[in-house]
Amino acid sequence: MTPTLSQVSKGDQLPELSISVTRGDLVRYAGASGDFNPIHYSGAFAQEVGLPDVIAHGMLTMALATRLVTDWLGDPGRIIEHGVRFTRPVVVPDDENGARVELSGKVVSVDEEDGTAKLNLTAKCAGQGVLGGAYALVRLS
Amino acid sequence: MPLDEGFIGREYPPSSPYEVAREKIREFADAVKDDSPLYRDAESAKSAGYQDVIAPPTFAMRLAMTAQDVVVGDEQLGLDYSRVVHGHQAFRHHRPIRAGDVLVTVVHVDDIKARAGNDFLTVRAEIGTVEGEPVCTATSTLVARGTAEEGEQA
Repeated sequence: MTPTLSQVSKGDQLPELSISVTRGDLVRYAGASGDFNPIHYSGAFAQEVGLPDVIAHGMLTMALATRLVTDWLGDPGRIIEHGVRFTRPVVVPDDENGARVELSGKVVSVDEEDGTAKLNLTAKCAGQGVLGGAYALVRLS
Repeated sequence: MPLDEGFIGREYPPSSPYEVAREKIREFADAVKDDSPLYRDAESAKSAGYQDVIAPPTFAMRLAMTAQDVVVGDEQLGLDYSRVVHGHQAFRHHRPIRAGDVLVTVVHVDDIKARAGNDFLTVRAEIGTVEGEPVCTATSTLVARGTAEEGEQA
């Protein structure tokens, strides 16, 4: 159920999400998104262009951060606007555990006239932020 | 050499139409590990008020990326794609993308600047139906590392 205006206040925390991303997940995302940049599957290629190893698609990390919001909203159609800066790559080791992305978010303002709320989002991997200025503007019910 | 700021304001011809299929939406939802029934089950989507299954919000990037590849690949602009990283991404959704939509994308160059030796290219993809209904505005900033420096590259 989508939260109603009266249920949401500035400072509310969204339920956190912790999602693992493996090399296999990157291959699946490459196919589904059409983004076949080899930095997302070839360690040798990634290192040649100066990266530590294979990295996750920035858009996959953004999708996970978006899911944090849409899970809370119940209805993905209520997301009006969202944006992120890609500040640090998510390096994905070649093992069964992959990388773990920890997502959290909180309500920073509620506009009662518009029936909207602004959320700030955080995505971390190995304790370090991987997205900057991540936000979403959503319509409450 | 920095990119030519004369490209700011340029609009590229519309992409060829892309027909959104239910199974493509399902594949994308699986790939982003999102189990919402609104992406998979038409009945659930209908009870939430949609005509058919809807796509996860970042599915719009599939359309935006294909369109911006035309700018990235424009030899006159001369962006060095091997040095490009995705710096920033934003979406404004006018309504969710849904199965059955036939979408076209028009890409615009919104900004070009050089800062600290890097080129920043901001492109805006306007995604809408073939009938002309606006669906999503996707704005991407691509950063070409070290390409705006004068003289020899390391």
